[in-house]
Amino acid sequence: MLIHVENLIKIYQLGKVQVKALDNINLTIDRNEYVAVMGPSGSGKSTLMNIIGCLDVPTSGRYILNDQDVHNLTDDELAHIRNKEIGFVFQTFNLLPRATALHNVELPLIYNGTPRSKRREIAMNMLERVGLADRANHRPNELSGGQRQRVAIARALVNNPSLILADEPTGNLDSKTGEEIMQIFNELNEAGNTILLVTHEEDIARQTKRIIRLLDGQVIKDEMNQ
Amino acid sequence: MATLNAFFSHISEYLLMAWQALVSHKLRSFLTTLGILIGVTTIITIWTTIEGLNKYVFGQLSNIGASTVYVQKYPWVIKGDFWKYRNRKPVTYKEYQALAQYCNSAEHISPEVFSVKTIRYKNKKFENIFIIGSNQEYAYTANVAPEIGRFITELDVHYNRYVCVLGREVADQLFEKANPLGKKIFIGDRKYLVIGILERKGNFFGQSMDNFIIVPFGTFRRVYGGHREMRVALSTSPEKLEEMKDQIRSILRRVRKVPPTKEDDFAINQQDMLTDLYKSLTTTLFAIVFVIGGISLVVGGIGIMNIMLVSVAERTREIGIRKAIGATRKNILSQFLFEAIVISSIGGFIGIVFGFFAGNVVLSQMSLSGTVSLTSILIGFGFSGFVGVLAGFYPAYKAASLNPIDSLRYE
Ligand SMILES: Nc1ncnc2c1ncn2[C@@H]1O[C@H](COP(=O)(O)OP(=O)(O)O)[C@@H](O)[C@H]1O
Ligand SMILES: [Mg+2]
Repeated sequence: MLIHVENLIKIYQLGKVQVKALDNINLTIDRNEYVAVMGPSGSGKSTLMNIIGCLDVPTSGRYILNDQDVHNLTDDELAHIRNKEIGFVFQTFNLLPRATALHNVELPLIYNGTPRSKRREIAMNMLERVGLADRANHRPNELSGGQRQRVAIARALVNNPSLILADEPTGNLDSKTGEEIMQIFNELNEAGNTILLVTHEEDIARQTKRIIRLLDGQVIKDEMNQ
Repeated sequence: MATLNAFFSHISEYLLMAWQALVSHKLRSFLTTLGILIGVTTIITIWTTIEGLNKYVFGQLSNIGASTVYVQKYPWVIKGDFWKYRNRKPVTYKEYQALAQYCNSAEHISPEVFSVKTIRYKNKKFENIFIIGSNQEYAYTANVAPEIGRFITELDVHYNRYVCVLGREVADQLFEKANPLGKKIFIGDRKYLVIGILERKGNFFGQSMDNFIIVPFGTFRRVYGGHREMRVALSTSPEKLEEMKDQIRSILRRVRKVPPTKEDDFAINQQDMLTDLYKSLTTTLFAIVFVIGGISLVVGGIGIMNIMLVSVAERTREIGIRKAIGATRKNILSQFLFEAIVISSIGGFIGIVFGFFAGNVVLSQMSLSGTVSLTSILIGFGFSGFVGVLAGFYPAYKAASLNPIDSLRYE
């Protein structure tokens, strides 16, 4: 068991109004699973991903990652987990605009003190793996959307994380490019990576092995694919 | 060792980040450094000037000799009422004789009278040359020595001979390359035999110190009158200085019949009066340097803090991204702190370079010897780093405290 969440609740306070983004979520995800999280806009998919990715904390409930209760961890320990255990892929890529593709991929390695020369090598390998070795020295604005998302995936993979989280990774891409990105995720899962991805395209969800459907912050359906 | 290596590789990482951030806003970064730059330039330039002046002034003052005192009507540094000194009797030849006879703690005593005359040699003529009438002891009390020829002797003084010793510049002007020894020159309308040339003393605030002539005391008085104001110079070894001053006082009070209830009606002047005056002057100057430098560094620091706050706000998303992929608070804090320190140090560095040049220009313009003060360079560098840390800390802390998810959402 890699991820276990229990009675997870997230409430946003907007002035006097309370928004219950997550309403009592219970989930268990094992290693090597390939899961799609689906649901209409505003159903709480991103909120759930952010909590699982240790970017945000729940209002109440338990989250256990790799047998560790995340609630008890310090800021630095959370940073360490984000660095080593989790690879996040965002809809909007979130690359550093002024850094080259290679430097963007190297970034997580900087924060765990990998020596410079080794960093280069690992980052280069990752770029090769997503088919962008020849674009290593391009900046994000010199790359297409699909290429940027590949850089982001390379960055997510660079520390060999136990979990890959992707929040609508194909949302900003045309369907052909989206398909190419999905190809990479499929290969990664075949190679043993655990992947949790948010999408609202059935085509994409169908390529995963398990689909969790959210509505108004609740899990309404959680089933194996086919 | 491993941790030390890690520490340095981290530093190089932060320096690189800082450099890239600064280069991407060249003009802004440059403008931000201006305050620090000006502050450091000011400190180094003024500091260097003061040190150059110090070296020079103290060098010149040491010519007077630490253990030479001058008995005169007026003190060198007048505190309070000038008028009370005006009614004093001038120092007389009789008093000189009394001192010469009774002041046995003095090693050398010279009477000194002064005048300004026109001098002439062949067709060359110079006006306003300073003439000193004194005796053979003057060489010791004034610490001068002939470079060629000889100084005035006791016999010259005894027989009131028409001989003179020239300052180096007078000799150069009158004789150019010719040998002045044995030549006769006119001082006023009297002819004098040149017997010696003094070693060069240099300039004091642009004034030549070699532009004078010494003649025997009696000769001077016979030619130019015996009632001129004079002073008496007395010198001794440093340990006997106080004793000598006491002796001078008691002798002069007796000769001048000063009642015990009255204060001295003469002044015993000494080099350290000037040194003290000069020191209090430069203390004020140093205070001014610190105020000016301090103000521009504070202004510079505020500028840096301001820009850093802007920079943190602009790069909120970048901070979010870095945190999302594993940057700790300390990582973010260091990144922005280093950026502030680098900006500030670049300002400091350029300031040091400017200050170095400006300092040298000032030194050469004032014809002072000396070098740009190392202390001021170190202070300039230390200050700019310090200002960087101070100014950068709050913005960096703010950046480090950002929450990853909010920063990522920031547009
Ligand atoms: N930072 C926030 N402040 C207030 N409300 C938020 C915030 N983030 C999300 N929400 C609200 O929580 C609900 C779930 O949002 P989200 O998880 O982004 O949905 P999804 O990703 O499924 O579209 C929405 O109603 C949204 O408006
Ligand atoms: Mg979303």
